Amino acid sequence: MKTIGYIIQKEFKQIFRNKGMLPIIFVLPLLQLIILSNAATFEIKNIKFAYIDQDRSATSRGLIEKFEASTYFNVLDTYPSQALASSAMLKGEVDVVLEIPLHFERNLQKDKKGNLGIIINAIDGAAAGVTNVYVSQIIQNYNKSILMDVKELSDQQIKPVTIETIPLFWYNKTLNYKTYMVPGILVLLVTMITLFLSGMNIVREKEIGTLEQINVTPIKKSQFIIGKLFPFWIIGMALLTIGLIIASLIFNVPMIGSLLLMYFYTSIYILVILGIGLFISNFTDTQQQAMFIAWFFTVIFILMSGLFTPIESMPRWAQILTEFNPIKYFVEVMRMIMLKGSGFMDILPQLIKTIIYAAIMNVLAVWSYKKTT
Amino acid sequence: MGIHIENISKSYKDVNALKNISFDVKPNELFGLIGPDGAGKTTLFRILTTLLIANEGKASVAGMDVLLDYKEIRKHVGYMPGRFSLYQDLTVEENLKFFATIFGTTIEENYDLIKEIYVQIEPFKDRRAGKLSGGMKQKLALCCALIHKPKVLFLDEPTTGVDPVSRKEFWEMLKRLQEKNITILVSTPYMDEAALCDRIALIQDGKILQIDTPEAIVNQYPKTIYNVSANNMYQVIKSLKAYSHQHSVYPFGEFVHYTDTREDFNTLDLNHYLEAQNLTNITIEKTQATIEDSFMELAK
Repeated sequence: MKTIGYIIQKEFKQIFRNKGMLPIIFVLPLLQLIILSNAATFEIKNIKFAYIDQDRSATSRGLIEKFEASTYFNVLDTYPSQALASSAMLKGEVDVVLEIPLHFERNLQKDKKGNLGIIINAIDGAAAGVTNVYVSQIIQNYNKSILMDVKELSDQQIKPVTIETIPLFWYNKTLNYKTYMVPGILVLLVTMITLFLSGMNIVREKEIGTLEQINVTPIKKSQFIIGKLFPFWIIGMALLTIGLIIASLIFNVPMIGSLLLMYFYTSIYILVILGIGLFISNFTDTQQQAMFIAWFFTVIFILMSGLFTPIESMPRWAQILTEFNPIKYFVEVMRMIMLKGSGFMDILPQLIKTIIYAAIMNVLAVWSYKKTT
Repeated sequence: MGIHIENISKSYKDVNALKNISFDVKPNELFGLIGPDGAGKTTLFRILTTLLIANEGKASVAGMDVLLDYKEIRKHVGYMPGRFSLYQDLTVEENLKFFATIFGTTIEENYDLIKEIYVQIEPFKDRRAGKLSGGMKQKLALCCALIHKPKVLFLDEPTTGVDPVSRKEFWEMLKRLQEKNITILVSTPYMDEAALCDRIALIQDGKILQIDTPEAIVNQYPKTIYNVSANNMYQVIKSLKAYSHQHSVYPFGEFVHYTDTREDFNTLDLNHYLEAQNLTNITIEKTQATIEDSFMELAK
């Protein structure tokens, strides 16, 4: 016990004496939290909008006015022909072109049917999808009001039958992206820092030659490993604390569930990450190698965690792969506890998988750590 | 209670680092392992300190087998690797305390053993180890290797990169440690340090060339050595190497060590030869063989 205590003490001394490392551990992740939470949103504003109005009727002008009124669209220009509009899109001057054909109003009144052409620049698929939703919403809303007008004019007896849906977004009423992103980005920074630091830590002793000296001492490998990794467990928890404070102060992210439960889950989750870190450092000889491998895994884990893209939209095989992604569970649990107020029984499936993961990783890591070379 | 090495061989992929090495180090002996870089010294150290497993052969340290009792060995040996391997960002005192703790002891408990060395670095005890001079670092590393009162001390090239004054001090410290019942195995590429050991093993390319006391090794040198010098040393070496009766020619400090193949060698002949090569200020004197000469002769 005394030995472990002294190693932990020594480890902390080394961390706090490393003047270059301290800001990397504490300041950069928080900058990351603040910048990413503000920047990573799916909302698109100022979409460059242009139109081709061949109808030139009251209805077509009314539709264009709707786009002008929307905060999402910047109505830039009108083009006389589709060819000119296409070349403008090729140059990147516009994102969306709305084409209103000749006799649009007349067809609408006569056949209760009208066709509109919409061309969206889909070089960024996600953005194009969102733009499409915006455009359809505006057209549909406008359509409804036209239908009313048209029907009132022609046939009083037939009441329009429309089913209106009013969506209700639970757990994030205003569909605020920050509320959704902040818990995820907290996960990202706790994971990245603890994985990188623990991965590089034992390799560093290899690099500077102290590991050789340590190996010729009666110290048990469990003592050494616990002593080396415990400080990073503490740092991970400290980062979570600082992150949560910032989340509630700056972003007003609700904290509905139990903080205690969140800390409990995080404490086990960090064990998984430390196990992976130790495993990496057992198979590398330099900090550089360890860094690259850790980086490779974090990128895959993060992109497949459901943090930025929903897991439901991934292909089947990728969805199966995400079952092996510890970050996925952490992201889920964080969002569940913070936004939904889930209790112990709700997160039990994730908790059990994380515990199994932690056990496997740490057994592998300790087993592959050798005191001889 | 010393060290026993029997037919040890070790190879890395396609390099045979050690080839069937056997020797014994007696208890309380200061034993030197002398050889150039790449001779296999460090490999042997790593096998004896249980960091590496030999392909063949047996070895024991202080009566304990390196394979079977490796845990016990780690409690009773001190190892100072060739590279400075203490924590550069911890202070002198913290380093010492760290090693004392992981050996399950305290600085106070074995202070008498390191006292003489530690007092020299004590004024700097709050300085980071990375900021110490080369000689100071070696003293600190020696303190750390001694803090648990080891029975056997392994020093792998402890004086490489250390200034001559510190080197001399270091060897005096080793002599004093020997009096405290510690067996010391030290390796060095410096031939002049070999003379300070009780016995030495000359090692090259993973093979032991000779094991004996330094005096005996020097006495066994088969030839008479001459110190040769002249106004142009480069010309001297070139000329001597071209001389038909030369046995060996090595630059040695300000002289060239020369041996001749003939039993009835007369320095006058050589003098005439060198004069004919347009050299002046020629001196040719008999001299004592050194370990270096013996090594060069054996390694031929």
